[in-house]
Amino acid sequence: MAQTLIQHQKMEVQDQESLGRWDGLGSRDASSRTEAMENICQEVMRKVEAIGPITASVPSSPALGSLPNSDLNDILAHMLMLSKRCPFQDVREQSIQLLQAVQDLGVRIPRPLGNGPSRFIPEKEILQVSKVDARTQSIFEDAFAALGRLDNISMVMGFHPQYLESFLRTQHYLLQMDGPLSLHYRHYIGIMAAARHQCSYLVNLHVNDFLQVGGDLKWLNGLDEAPQKLQQLGELNKILAHRPWLLTKEHIERLLKAEEHSWSLAELIHAVVLLTHYHSLASFTFGCGITPEIHCDGGHTFRPPSLSQYCVCDIANGNGHANHHDDPLFNQEVCGEVEVLMERMKQLQECRDDEEASQEEMATRFEREKTESMLVVTAEDEECVPSRDISRHFEDPSYGYKDFSRRGEHVPTFRVQDYSWEDHGFSLVNRLYPDVGQMLDEKFQMAYNLTYNTMATHKDVDTSMLRRAIWNYIHCMFGIRYDDYDYGEINQLLDRSFKIYIKTMVCSPEKTTKRMYESFWRQFQHSEKVHVNLLLMEARMQAELLYALRAITRYMT
Amino acid sequence: MEKMSRVTTALGSNAISGRTMFCHLDAPANAISVCRDAMQVVVAGRNIFKIYALEEEQFVEKLNLRVGRKPSLNFSCADVMWHQMEESLLATAATNGAVVTWNLGKPSRNKQDQLFTEHKRTVNKVCFHPTEVYMLLSGSQDGFMKCFDLRKKESVSTFSGQSESVRDVQFSMKDYFTFAASFENGNVQLWDIRRPDRYERMFTAHTGPVFCCDWHPDDRGWLATGGRDKMVKVWDMTTNRAKEIYCVQTIASVARVKWRPERKFHLATCSMMVDHNIYVWDIRRPFIPFATFEEHKDVTTGIVWRHQHDPHFLLSGSKDSTLYQHMFKDATRPVDKANPEGLCFGLFGDLAFAAKESLISSDANRKPYPGGDRRYPIFFFKKPDPTEQFAHVSSALSVFETDLDSNRMDWFVKTAQLYLLSGKPFAELCDHNAKVARELKRPQVSTTWTMLRIMFSDPANLTAPGPNPILSKLGTLPLMNSFSMKEIGSGIGTESRLERSKGESRQDNIHLESGNLHLTNNNEENEETEGSEGQAEYMFGDAELDDDDLYSMEHDNQTEEQEYILPQEAFQLRHEIMDNPSAPEHLQQDKADSPHVSGNEAEVTCLTPIESFSLISISQPLFSPHLPASFFCPIVREMLSYYAEQGDVQMAVSVLIVLGDRIRKEIDDLTQEHWYMSYIDLLQRFELWNVSNEVIKLSTCSAITCLNQASTTLHINCSNCKRPMSNKGWICDRCHQCASVCAVCHHVVKGLFVWCQGCSHGGHLEHIMNWLKSSTHCPAGCGHLCEYT
Repeated sequence: MAQTLIQHQKMEVQDQESLGRWDGLGSRDASSRTEAMENICQEVMRKVEAIGPITASVPSSPALGSLPNSDLNDILAHMLMLSKRCPFQDVREQSIQLLQAVQDLGVRIPRPLGNGPSRFIPEKEILQVSKVDARTQSIFEDAFAALGRLDNISMVMGFHPQYLESFLRTQHYLLQMDGPLSLHYRHYIGIMAAARHQCSYLVNLHVNDFLQVGGDLKWLNGLDEAPQKLQQLGELNKILAHRPWLLTKEHIERLLKAEEHSWSLAELIHAVVLLTHYHSLASFTFGCGITPEIHCDGGHTFRPPSLSQYCVCDIANGNGHANHHDDPLFNQEVCGEVEVLMERMKQLQECRDDEEASQEEMATRFEREKTESMLVVTAEDEECVPSRDISRHFEDPSYGYKDFSRRGEHVPTFRVQDYSWEDHGFSLVNRLYPDVGQMLDEKFQMAYNLTYNTMATHKDVDTSMLRRAIWNYIHCMFGIRYDDYDYGEINQLLDRSFKIYIKTMVCSPEKTTKRMYESFWRQFQHSEKVHVNLLLMEARMQAELLYALRAITRYMT
Repeated sequence: MEKMSRVTTALGSNAISGRTMFCHLDAPANAISVCRDAMQVVVAGRNIFKIYALEEEQFVEKLNLRVGRKPSLNFSCADVMWHQMEESLLATAATNGAVVTWNLGKPSRNKQDQLFTEHKRTVNKVCFHPTEVYMLLSGSQDGFMKCFDLRKKESVSTFSGQSESVRDVQFSMKDYFTFAASFENGNVQLWDIRRPDRYERMFTAHTGPVFCCDWHPDDRGWLATGGRDKMVKVWDMTTNRAKEIYCVQTIASVARVKWRPERKFHLATCSMMVDHNIYVWDIRRPFIPFATFEEHKDVTTGIVWRHQHDPHFLLSGSKDSTLYQHMFKDATRPVDKANPEGLCFGLFGDLAFAAKESLISSDANRKPYPGGDRRYPIFFFKKPDPTEQFAHVSSALSVFETDLDSNRMDWFVKTAQLYLLSGKPFAELCDHNAKVARELKRPQVSTTWTMLRIMFSDPANLTAPGPNPILSKLGTLPLMNSFSMKEIGSGIGTESRLERSKGESRQDNIHLESGNLHLTNNNEENEETEGSEGQAEYMFGDAELDDDDLYSMEHDNQTEEQEYILPQEAFQLRHEIMDNPSAPEHLQQDKADSPHVSGNEAEVTCLTPIESFSLISISQPLFSPHLPASFFCPIVREMLSYYAEQGDVQMAVSVLIVLGDRIRKEIDDLTQEHWYMSYIDLLQRFELWNVSNEVIKLSTCSAITCLNQASTTLHINCSNCKRPMSNKGWICDRCHQCASVCAVCHHVVKGLFVWCQGCSHGGHLEHIMNWLKSSTHCPAGCGHLCEYT
């Protein structure tokens, strides 16, 4: 008994050691990075020596060799990630050297699968960690120091450093700082939320984090194995993700009054913020085609590149193929898209003062937009890449987005003027989970107001109208109405392919395809499309939050 | 209608009468406004727009302005205002961005007069000019304020808030041309109506949106603002820079604020979320509302004083679809419920007590405190202010000091500092601690340590054959006998003590009761002792009994005894603070015990038990070779509980740590956690941070060790550029300098680093200490007057 306990402790210590291994690399002090790197070098070499003869004798069977040295392989995969993604140049270089040295010793080293952080965006368009301005560098370094990695999401968001900073700060606070929920709960809730949208990328990421903060491996077998308290959250997760307008105060009451498994209000707010954060982040992940992290499953391979196993991702990524920008015919076809859009914006701006639509007209326009959004069919089902069996993290996989406005069930329209984030939601969140309200507020404002006054190649454009149309269109899909908005504008500004993309990404993100991504706004920059994605993500998060917070408010009164 | 509006003007405040009453609306209200004659009120909301007459006993619906089969969004009101000059004129702000005026004099059913659709977003506020009939001001979400002349079809001037949403606009009551506007970003702007090009002045009033503002009806310079940051602030605008003169912290974001008529310092507030009450504050008393109206079941959305010169009627509309008239005399006065008494303990047993003066002087029992204590009566007097309607409460503060000799906690501090809890072999730790205790004249504790060493460290025994319990029982038998003899004697002791306390003329009932209680408790304890098997029980019982003996021996020392009375009381309460982990019955026993047995007292005086203890420890080796250490666990457990119950958690925790695995499993985790928490709490009160940290570190309860993991972030400034350091490590990312250089020796500090929070300079702890001995200025030469505390 006592002995097993000690052994267990020893294992834990070892585990901690192996986790702490990477910590030093996040330091801003170059010497401590070097020191950490040296330690890792020694350890890798030790392990290589230990398994040396085996790999030498059976060089051609990776399946056999992978078992005994899986630990080493993990480290090597991590090194590979560092060599590509670490914001510190010295670490990148040393990682490359080390990998090279290991390879020279006859050990198989991994190579990254796919190209770059996104399947949709060519790698060369995305910021390279080696070539960023001082500000982005600093943000990247912060992110790296906090998490020991720079994930693909951050890389893609790196197009918009202002936003990225706010996003990372919020996420860091939600996951790591003082809060009512314990750390492993937070990650598990993140897993639950991401799994709802079958987002294997986020699930993988947080499974690792979950285990790292001491989460119970058993829970990962499915929600049934998790504590009762978390199981109860499943229902809220499901409704929030797909049909938040159905949320009532009874749902809240059930969570808060469940005897020993009940949630406290503060915990619930924390959970709700996490759920909505990860639902919308899943949207972003699919919307931008984020590829698996290099050091996670599916992010690297130990197989040598061969023609027969040409990676699907390479093709999907557009690398090696003619880019559509280079296609002159294609370009001509869509030429003028931007100009048309700008012309319409201008017209709307001007004619607003002359011609005033009647009130009934305005009301019907909202209804029309709502019903039309229903008709926007979310395109053909394409195969998504299956990886970890994610469905076990949630129940009732058949439950999905149903259109807000269908005949038969009539849900009253949510009026923002009666319950808005600024006036009501903020106060409630900040009351129960101090500081988070402030951070979310900043993040929403950042996303809503972010502009570079450019559209494709045009400069000095006021895009506020377009941004507002996107934002309100998403809220419209969730049945949230702004009294002071003319929903006719949406029809003018957002074309059909764009609407399809928005609808897919917001309502069933796992169905987003590269074709959808490419078929809207063909002349726009990738950074602008990422910007759109940020808008979609934040608007969705706010919509879900509004419904959840309204239900909580109703419960409280 | 016409008639109603004509009656008006000269109605004095005394003409209004009524009672607290309410009526149900069909829909939630967003805003209300009152006619100048104070006889009608208009209620506006998303689905309601009605005028009610205020009659003596009830509200009577007068007019429904929401006409038409399918009302447009123009009827969906965010705000409404009744003109204060022209009784037939109303204005509403619609959620779709329209500003609508209504003329009640129109003969048709639809009273809509003018429609302005110049705003692009929701209009949050409309405001008529107080004296000018045709001037209307609006503030909108789109960041513009517009001034309308009602004789014209469109606005006459537009004021731009630089795309910051406008939440409230208010014309100044006294300055004809001035209006104030509050914004979503926390700013307040003052505008001159004649100059639409730029604001006259601007200041940041709140963090987050400023939802409302209100000019003081009489004092022209005062502006009250309320914000999402839960504050109400009163600004003096007469000075060059707007000066915050009063600030009231409420419990929820402030949605509306309205000055109370005829009361210079009163204002009413209601909140936007969570809190449904209406508060009336005296701004000079910001901590407790002057009056509260608690009728609404959902958030209050509109408040208005019924008549501009009558402070007794308040009208309110709410999301719960009711309209209320509140009478001021029916308001709840929270101040009446406030507890004017306060009691607090000092670290060293001092007791401060504040109570209403009247209470103290009338209490005869309090007077005859023994001479050993001093009283510091301190009276707080505030100059009575006739305008302030708060009930005046003057309280007397008394401070009681403990007798320095009897109850000082020095032993606690010394023990905490000197004890060794880890880092040496078990036996040495025990010996060391025993020595510490002995030097502090705590022989019982000292002996306990010695015994622990003997019980648990005897390597020679490990190889010895299994124990023979019968034999060992036999071995203890004689000892038991000797103890039971003593017990009888002590029983007498207690009784005699009781008699003594009875005989004391000044003993009040409480003391007598506690004496009684003690007796019964003691008996209980004795019974328990008899029932259980271990001899440890006897040891402890013995110690206690001996105390009693000593008390009886002290009979001749009556004067000293008297001096104990207050400190003992103090001690008794301290036990409660320490939150003993024991069950309720223990607590009771504790209370009863403490008046006469405060642990250290007993230890100082008990001489006899030492001998008996040493007797045991001598006799121990006789049978201990046959006993494994675990045999003693129940005994040690009892002992630890005993110490904890006595209030000496220090001992309990120290033993727990030193014994470590030997005893840990014997005591349930919750109790351990409780002991640890109490001890850490005590240590921190004595500012023994290092010790407390060590204890946390050495504890094995997960709940305790995690205390060290929380809130470990330290925010620092770079000493070079004075900007916050956002990164890990000590290199500032802005000026790329090492921030941890000692200002005295200019070397990089590794280890203890102390720095000034004022100027961010610092260095080696010793260097800075030495420097500041001779100089008050910062060693870096920045001119800052650093302080080292």
